[in-house]
Amino acid sequence: MANIFAYAEARGGELRKVALETVTAARKLADATGGEVHALLVGAAGITAKATLLAEHGADVVMVCEHEGFTHYNPEAAAALAAEQIGKGGFKAAVFSTSAQGRDLAPRIAAKLQVGLVTDSISVEMNNDVLLARHPMNIGKVIATVAIASTPALVSIRPNTYSPVANPKAGRVENVSPVADPSASRVVVTEMIEGGKGKLDLAEAPVIIAGGRGLKSAENFSIVEDLAAAFGNAAVGATRAVTDDGWRPHSDQIGQTGRLVSPDLYIAVGISGAVQHLAGMRTSKTIVAINKDKDAPIFKVADYGIVGDVLEIVPALTAAVREARKGH
Amino acid sequence: MKIAVCVKRVPDMDVRFRIAGDGASLDETGIKFDLNDFDAWAVEAALQLKEKAGDGEVVVISLGPTQAQETIRKTLSMGADRGIHLQTDRIPFDGFAIATALAAELRDGGYDLILFGKLSPDSSNGITGPMVAELLDLPCVTAVSGLEVSNGRGTAKRELEGAQEMMEFPLPAVLTIDEGLNKARYPSLKGIMAAKKKPLESKPASLGDPKVKIEKLELPPDRAGGRIVGEGAAAVPELIRLLQTEAKVL
Ligand SMILES: Cc1cc2nc3c(=O)[nH]c(=O)nc-3n(C[C@H](O)[C@H](O)[C@H](O)COP(=O)(O)OP(=O)(O)OC[C@H]3O[C@@H](n4cnc5c(N)ncnc54)[C@H](O)[C@@H]3O)c2cc1C
Repeated sequence: MANIFAYAEARGGELRKVALETVTAARKLADATGGEVHALLVGAAGITAKATLLAEHGADVVMVCEHEGFTHYNPEAAAALAAEQIGKGGFKAAVFSTSAQGRDLAPRIAAKLQVGLVTDSISVEMNNDVLLARHPMNIGKVIATVAIASTPALVSIRPNTYSPVANPKAGRVENVSPVADPSASRVVVTEMIEGGKGKLDLAEAPVIIAGGRGLKSAENFSIVEDLAAAFGNAAVGATRAVTDDGWRPHSDQIGQTGRLVSPDLYIAVGISGAVQHLAGMRTSKTIVAINKDKDAPIFKVADYGIVGDVLEIVPALTAAVREARKGH
Repeated sequence: MKIAVCVKRVPDMDVRFRIAGDGASLDETGIKFDLNDFDAWAVEAALQLKEKAGDGEVVVISLGPTQAQETIRKTLSMGADRGIHLQTDRIPFDGFAIATALAAELRDGGYDLILFGKLSPDSSNGITGPMVAELLDLPCVTAVSGLEVSNGRGTAKRELEGAQEMMEFPLPAVLTIDEGLNKARYPSLKGIMAAKKKPLESKPASLGDPKVKIEKLELPPDRAGGRIVGEGAAAVPELIRLLQTEAKVL
């Protein structure tokens, strides 16, 4: 009978998909301990309306803090509030996402509470009262099973590894007050620049089409965009060679020093498959590679490969995907 | 401006790792180590801030075995002023243990800025910087990809999923540095010679009690891979068929 805490991430007044993933992961743990899931949601006035969605995914209680100081991400106030709620709630574990926000927040809270934290977990389970998290390290070449003996145990889960599962619960809303005045934080977000509204983010997209130097120019990325559009649920990524040349922003970079992704389908277009790139995408469920060099290392990790010129193959693939998805 | 940069020596990732006999650590024989890339960008950021301010000091701190001194020397040859080595047998996996030792060293150092790389690829935790900030009760911005500092305040840009945040913060502060902020300079021959004479102090690290423990390490199975469907656009129909019937992703 131990309850599990979930941090429900919101941005710009909307829940993020990772919020439903953390609630789903917390629900699994709570079902194992026979306890409840208590989600924390902070935002500006009106955020309470989002509690329903958390309840639908397994939250028994949604703690809501509405405050103008939470209009943007407010690291100090959010960490203080989450630490207080986790500390006094007697939780067995607290679940975060390994998103930009979760990566920022979870270590602060772990240090405040002096408890253990494992980030970027691909699975978490309770084993005789100890939380075990599987955590890829050494750029995914080694998987560690890490025990967190402290109570609460803090984990953050890798985006896209826990698909949101509908599991309706009461979702009783409890209003909570901030610990310190959120408007008085030392670190302040003065502006949030949304890149491409409505576009799927790499962490959330079930399909990723990633382009490499084999595309030859920034303009040729349009064939990658077209293929992504044909799928309808795809985001566009890139290699460092491409972001270094300024063809795409750094935020699109996948790999050791970029984003870690694990979509259902990853299509590598004109990418050689350097170890630093593989580090970011080797956990994808299905990998397709298109490269003119049949010896390119990317083919060693690809489930399916086509050898040849991307400029010829990708438009043909786009047409075929459109055809296959007709009626969707 | 007095800036501390915390750096780590990390193994070369382009190798096949072997698990040691205890099943819970890596066999490090034959593996080469070097300065973590994110930390190199943090050192570069510190050097540029000092150069811009016209004076100041860049102090590089590294926790680890004796070989960590080589890593510190490298940063001294890039231009850092002095090094502090916090001696341990091996670098713990647990970020809290490391953060406790670093915080103890940094606490009374009088630093205006304390910089970290945002992540090290070996442990892949990415938690040491914000934990140190918390232990020292300092403002903290993580994953910084743009930075301006003047008159005791800073502004930083942070990459989010599909968006960016602009942050403002007062000094002293802790920052963790992302790729994209700068390109790290290579040590010059002159820098390498000068580094040999720069002060490098070594003392025992007072590690915190670890809060997490590696129970087991595994090498994930290699992906089967290697299946070429065909050549050129002619192979597209077969790929579509496989994506529909075998992978079931279309
Ligand atoms: C510290 C460090 C960190 C790094 N971090 C990252 C990272 O996070 N992410 C990352 O991606 N890289 C990273 N790299 C860089 C990495 O080592 C590679 O240089 C990079 O991934 C190569 O990108 P690429 O595959 O686009 O280019 P290339 O290696 O140049 O490969 C281009 C490929 O395109 C193929 N090609 C060319 N023309 C065509 C055509 N017409 N049709 C089909 N195929 C074609 C070629 O056969 C080749 O295989 C890092 C490197 C270092 C040193």
